[in-house]
Amino acid sequence: MGVLVMHSVWFKRSLLLSFVAAFTIVACGGGGTPNAGSVKVMAQWTGDEQASFMAVMKPWTDSTGIKIEYEASRDQDALLTTRVAAGNPPDLAAAPSPTLLTNFAKQGKVVALDNIVDMTKLKAENAKTWLDLGAPTGDGKLYQIYSWVSLKGLIWYNPKNFQAKSYNIPNSWDSLVSLQGTIKSGGTTPWCIGLESGAASGWPGSDWVKEIVLSQAGPTVYDNWWQGKQKWNSPEIKQAWTTWGTILGPGGGNVYGGPKTMASTSFTDAGTPMFQTPPKCYMHNQASFITSFFKSANPSVVAGTDYNFFPLPDITPQYAGAHVVAGDAWSMFKDTPQARSMIKYLTTAAAQEIWVKRGGKISPNTKVSLDSYPDALSKSTAQILVNTKIGKYDAGDLMPADMKNAYWSAVLKFAADQTKLDTYLNDLDKIQATAYK
Amino acid sequence: MDFSVLLTDLPTLVAVIVGVPAVLAAYIVGGEYLVRRLPDKARPAVRPWIWVAPALALVAGFLVLPSIGTVITSFQDKHGNFVGLQNYATQLGGFPTGGAWIAIRDNLYWLIFYTLFVLAFGLLLAVLFDRVPYESVVKSLIFMPMAISSVATVIIWKFMYAYQPPGQPQTGTLNYLLNSVFHQDPRTWIQDTSPLLGLIPINNLALIGAAVWGIVGFSMVILSAALKGIPGDLLEAARVDGAGEITIFRRVIFPLMMPTVVVVGTTLVIFALKAFDTVYAMTAGNYETDVLANRMYKLLYFSNDNPGASAVAVILLVTVVPVLIFNLRQFRAVEARR
Repeated sequence: MGVLVMHSVWFKRSLLLSFVAAFTIVACGGGGTPNAGSVKVMAQWTGDEQASFMAVMKPWTDSTGIKIEYEASRDQDALLTTRVAAGNPPDLAAAPSPTLLTNFAKQGKVVALDNIVDMTKLKAENAKTWLDLGAPTGDGKLYQIYSWVSLKGLIWYNPKNFQAKSYNIPNSWDSLVSLQGTIKSGGTTPWCIGLESGAASGWPGSDWVKEIVLSQAGPTVYDNWWQGKQKWNSPEIKQAWTTWGTILGPGGGNVYGGPKTMASTSFTDAGTPMFQTPPKCYMHNQASFITSFFKSANPSVVAGTDYNFFPLPDITPQYAGAHVVAGDAWSMFKDTPQARSMIKYLTTAAAQEIWVKRGGKISPNTKVSLDSYPDALSKSTAQILVNTKIGKYDAGDLMPADMKNAYWSAVLKFAADQTKLDTYLNDLDKIQATAYK
Repeated sequence: MDFSVLLTDLPTLVAVIVGVPAVLAAYIVGGEYLVRRLPDKARPAVRPWIWVAPALALVAGFLVLPSIGTVITSFQDKHGNFVGLQNYATQLGGFPTGGAWIAIRDNLYWLIFYTLFVLAFGLLLAVLFDRVPYESVVKSLIFMPMAISSVATVIIWKFMYAYQPPGQPQTGTLNYLLNSVFHQDPRTWIQDTSPLLGLIPINNLALIGAAVWGIVGFSMVILSAALKGIPGDLLEAARVDGAGEITIFRRVIFPLMMPTVVVVGTTLVIFALKAFDTVYAMTAGNYETDVLANRMYKLLYFSNDNPGASAVAVILLVTVVPVLIFNLRQFRAVEARR
């Protein structure tokens, strides 16, 4: 009897499998040519973000009649790599990690944009940082354009809690350290940190380290570091980790719940203990997107009164005004008239402004008015971004994926046990030796 | 879901709906036509091949050729130069924590505990439910997780394992029970690498537990069917001879079910060696929960290390093939006994 059951299951499965295979063959042989007047776009926006993106594109689709065939994936590294290798890439892709796009540029899989977009206009409307980031291969050609950007290293706090204890906003690194000492001696943990993020677990802590590297050791070390020319166990990088260690406190004692809570709390929920009464922590370091998670956890909280932010204070005076930034980079895989038209549209202030007004995004385009930002918080983020003296892209996202993942894993290990830092850094150096080849 | 995209490419849609059956029918009719032209004697020799050929072509194109390609790649460097066993040396060097060893260790945990738990629970449930009148209802309930995708299973179990600091209301079912019933501090089930009873790290067990929950219905159903195939008069004869229920299970039922247990067991061993989805979705291999399949994925997509990934794939293949052959032999033996 049992065998019979299994037998029929296997038979059905194999039948199904052969059908699927037959379908695939015919489907591949049968066509695949896109109809005239469409652009295949791949990005990782789903849900609300996808709706915002479609709202951005609506004026363009309405006026040109070109259709967008949109494909969203959170596992873009794998999907895009496979599609490019199979010779079936989308026309345009927006990636949160430009390294992947840079690799494709080096392999000649993406189209240089210099002759496609209006470079004079682009240069006039965007800070040099973004154009430099868009030409990462060293041949001087532009391969990526940035439609929206974000600022990292924002310290979120609850103004009501600060007022109740009459804490002041720290304006220097020393005052930040002394503030966390004050909070600690008051019997509460100063920080909330959550490192859990599925396959990307550890990245929220990696933000801390890279922000400290940039502000403490400066842009040259920072660039050498992500380019693989600065050893992880060099004094500068090691100092950044130990500086983060002073934030975490011995044994993670400055963080709500200690290492266990850090490891098991999703970055999306990490900041919410700030809104409990009494608060479980007073400060939380995260990029600007986190406000939507504050709101979904506590629908009653109001921007400005219940949560606000200050930028992570400068560490070395020489590098004051240095900020880690990130953004949505676009690359073109197929040079079609429709894709050209779309990428030109994406560089315009008019297009970028639509998402800015819907909230959650900041435009790198200086022609986008500060009045377009829906609330005071995003406006002041945009202001900081405009005034950024040293803007550097997220180092983790610039490293080869192998290095980046090892970096994240090291963050998880460091948060659990700071005493073995040398071992972690030596392991990272071993990976650095092979990852850049 | 927006299916309108299907309509944007009508030729492909028509080709799929009409073309696939048409091509299959044409192949069968055409093949049969050609066979009829052959001399009478040759027909029995040729006809089976006509029917088997499509399957063979698919197996060759999608399985055999890529496998050979993988083996070749595993002996090359990233630029296609022959490097001998270097990739294997990288993966198998640095015992006990370097290279692929953590993944190999965890695959062993999966092999032992996953197989054991699924078999034991499946057998227990099959034997116990056999004796109750509401058997079909409970069996359906136990079988239901089979309909849930592994990633959804992981999300369910992430809620089960959720952790809040001591003193906070526990949102995870397990920690809630631990806290309110046993008055213990909550545990970080997914991150805790401390060994349970000195045998297996808690987080590896937590991952295996989630996977076991998802698959136990499979072994229960098959073992239950095997149980029902045991003739009732045999059991009756044993009872008449004065054997107790436990003796009957040990001496009569279990030996008769043994062949099925072995087939299910070896199938589970293959599942355990291939373990990927639970690990990928739950921890991504962090906290020393990596397995070979996940390591292969990481090497392939994160490190762009095709040769390294191929070496891991070959290691996995070499381990699975003997089990696979044993499984097929056993399957055939059971078949022959019927």
